Amino acid sequence: MNPTSLKGRTLTLLAVIISLLVLFIYVALRSGPLAPVAVTLTTIESKPLTPSIFGIGTVASRFTYKLGPIITGRVLRIYVNVGDPVKAGRVLAEMDPVDLDARILSQQATLKRADATLKEAKIRQTYARTQMQRYEALFDVHSTSEEIATTKRQDFLIADTSLAAAHEDVARAHTDLDALLAQRNSLRLIAPVDGIVTLRDIDPGTTVVAGQSVVEMIDPKSIWINVRFDQIATQGLTQGLLAQIVLRSQKDHLFQGHVVRLEPKADSVTEELLAKITFDALPKPLPPLGELAEVTVDLPPLPARPILPNAAVRKNGQTVGVWEIINEKLHFTPIKLGSSDLNGSVQVLEGLNEGSRIVVYSEKALSSKSRIRIVDKIAGTVK
Amino acid sequence: MISLAGRDILHTWGKFVFTGVGLGLLIGVTLVMAGVYRGMVDDAKVLLDNSGADLWVVQKDTLGPYAESSSINDDLYRSILSLPGVHHAANITYLTMQVHKDEQDVRTMVVGVTAGNLGMTPGWPTYLVAGRQLTRGHYEAVADIATGFKLGDVLKIRRNHYTVVGLTKRMVSSSGDPMVFIPLKDAQEAQFLKDNDAIWQGRYRTEANPAFNRPNVPDLLDAIIASQSTNSYVNAVLVTLKEGYSAADVAQSIQRWKRLTVYTRAQMEGILVGKLIATSAKQIGMFLVILAIVSAAIVAFIIYTLTMDKIREIAVLKLIGTRNRTIASMIMQQAVALGVIGFVVGKITATFSAPFFPKYVLLVPQDTIVGFICVILICIIASLVAIRMAIKVDPAEAIGG
Repeated sequence: MNPTSLKGRTLTLLAVIISLLVLFIYVALRSGPLAPVAVTLTTIESKPLTPSIFGIGTVASRFTYKLGPIITGRVLRIYVNVGDPVKAGRVLAEMDPVDLDARILSQQATLKRADATLKEAKIRQTYARTQMQRYEALFDVHSTSEEIATTKRQDFLIADTSLAAAHEDVARAHTDLDALLAQRNSLRLIAPVDGIVTLRDIDPGTTVVAGQSVVEMIDPKSIWINVRFDQIATQGLTQGLLAQIVLRSQKDHLFQGHVVRLEPKADSVTEELLAKITFDALPKPLPPLGELAEVTVDLPPLPARPILPNAAVRKNGQTVGVWEIINEKLHFTPIKLGSSDLNGSVQVLEGLNEGSRIVVYSEKALSSKSRIRIVDKIAGTVK
Repeated sequence: MISLAGRDILHTWGKFVFTGVGLGLLIGVTLVMAGVYRGMVDDAKVLLDNSGADLWVVQKDTLGPYAESSSINDDLYRSILSLPGVHHAANITYLTMQVHKDEQDVRTMVVGVTAGNLGMTPGWPTYLVAGRQLTRGHYEAVADIATGFKLGDVLKIRRNHYTVVGLTKRMVSSSGDPMVFIPLKDAQEAQFLKDNDAIWQGRYRTEANPAFNRPNVPDLLDAIIASQSTNSYVNAVLVTLKEGYSAADVAQSIQRWKRLTVYTRAQMEGILVGKLIATSAKQIGMFLVILAIVSAAIVAFIIYTLTMDKIREIAVLKLIGTRNRTIASMIMQQAVALGVIGFVVGKITATFSAPFFPKYVLLVPQDTIVGFICVILICIIASLVAIRMAIKVDPAEAIGG
């Protein structure tokens, strides 16, 4: 056997075995529970923070006019369609008068009849007065009996009363006619304001009950957004704050608005606060009512304080805190958090100072015994 | 004294090392198989760890929310909060579904988390690897890195679009599906809201029902339709306890006074490991046993063949008066060396191949140690057969034949 070749073989075998061993030790230490956890660090800085509140809502109109008959009836004609702009005072629809016109005619006849009766009563009263005066004169010269004179006076008084009754009859007939005409008028559904028609629920010929709407219209100038905010994140929300509105149909367009009202009644079932936001300038064309809108309300900026990213906040038992690097070792520092903004920054009220180095991201949950490996970015997170 | 085994290995080192590598791959597969089983159990455990809960309050007499469906009213948490010992109580929904991004879709478990105190509310992802936690109450998502989504991606869940604002790691369901965290209200909608076609058809059906569509009560139909499209249910309430209270006591008081079913961490683990993944775990376990037996048979066969290859040399050794013990130890040393090489190669291949498996493969040191002991034992037992052959060989064979 050639000693050199044997030596060469030994070396190769040793090389193979040593490389395998090195790889094995690397594998044993760098994977599994013994491996260090990759983490990224950040240094706490003081910065001003602009908290904001995010909510969603729907486009709604402040005033909605539901026009319908005051008595049950049949729709005769509808003069408008959905989307039509209308001026105040325009007749939008008419109800079928059914027998109302006939009743008006009848009432007019009644009025005429009352007038005639009045005339007749007047004539009777005039005649009765003349007769009474004649017999009184005759009685004065003793040419007639007292009984006849008294009868004539009574006749006159009766005729006078009949005349008063006839007057009242005429007045009643007039009022009845006015009432019927007013009813007739109410069968016309008239636009109360300038606006646009949003709903035409019914078609002519349909019978509707009293109060059911036939045509619905809104005042487009009164469009606002009915927003819901989760109660948990509405601290500082007040009237007059600036709001940014994104409509679902126009994702890239930002509309400006203001909080005009915070509803005094919150929704207890959904645990939301309700607020109304108006557009500073109405979008054109108008957004449809009911469209979904995302609203971000900016609160007044807060003065500079130590700020940390919300991804750094961890829980250890029942304590909230961050993993701080002290003397190159992990240390769990309990902290008290303040306001936060929508970009994930949180104010630290207690527990951390400017310049502290804390863990932001980690590959695994950390404990005080974890070995760490500091990296710029956790593998696999970049595009 | 020279090492007979070493000499022999050096003589045919290429063959020896390659046999070891081949054996190593087989051991690697066995280790991975054990890792798959451990991974399944770990998936179930991280699900519970990540929820951060001490108690799970679910619909009465169900094994929810993971093993069975459970649905309870979303305002029940308020009454649970008022019980002694309860620190935090938060609603949660779980829904396994396909989440769409552009053309692709990924199977995920969508988790609806309640907004609340940062870091304290159970259900939230406990750590992130990029981005930030949810800050808006709607249309944001934190996704597990295993979904393949990146920061800024826009996902489609039902009819809504969600922007990925944070990434996390190892947040999976008990079946290994990566999680996507979204705000609770959106999740309730995603879980219970029908698609638009179904909503329209539902409206038509309601309209067609004369009981609901009464001409003399015109608003009734609208009211009924509105009531049909709301959802105030969640799958479970996660509860954390104040210090000093025992989980069992608080669980008992919730069960008793709120008439709901409550599971503690140990019971939940029992449900997940003992019921949910029991059959698939047994399947993997069965496969592991078969693989181990096959590996043992192959190791035995390899060592036997290696010994038979040099039976003539062994006969010569016997002829020149070598003691049986020396021969036996040579064969056994070789078998053990083969086992060690195989094990090292197996461990290395298993570790490097583990991340490529679609589901989580967890290689725990205990398995590795047990595996090492088993491999060495199998090698020793296998070498016994070869030793018996070598000892029985007739020295005359060296000069005969």
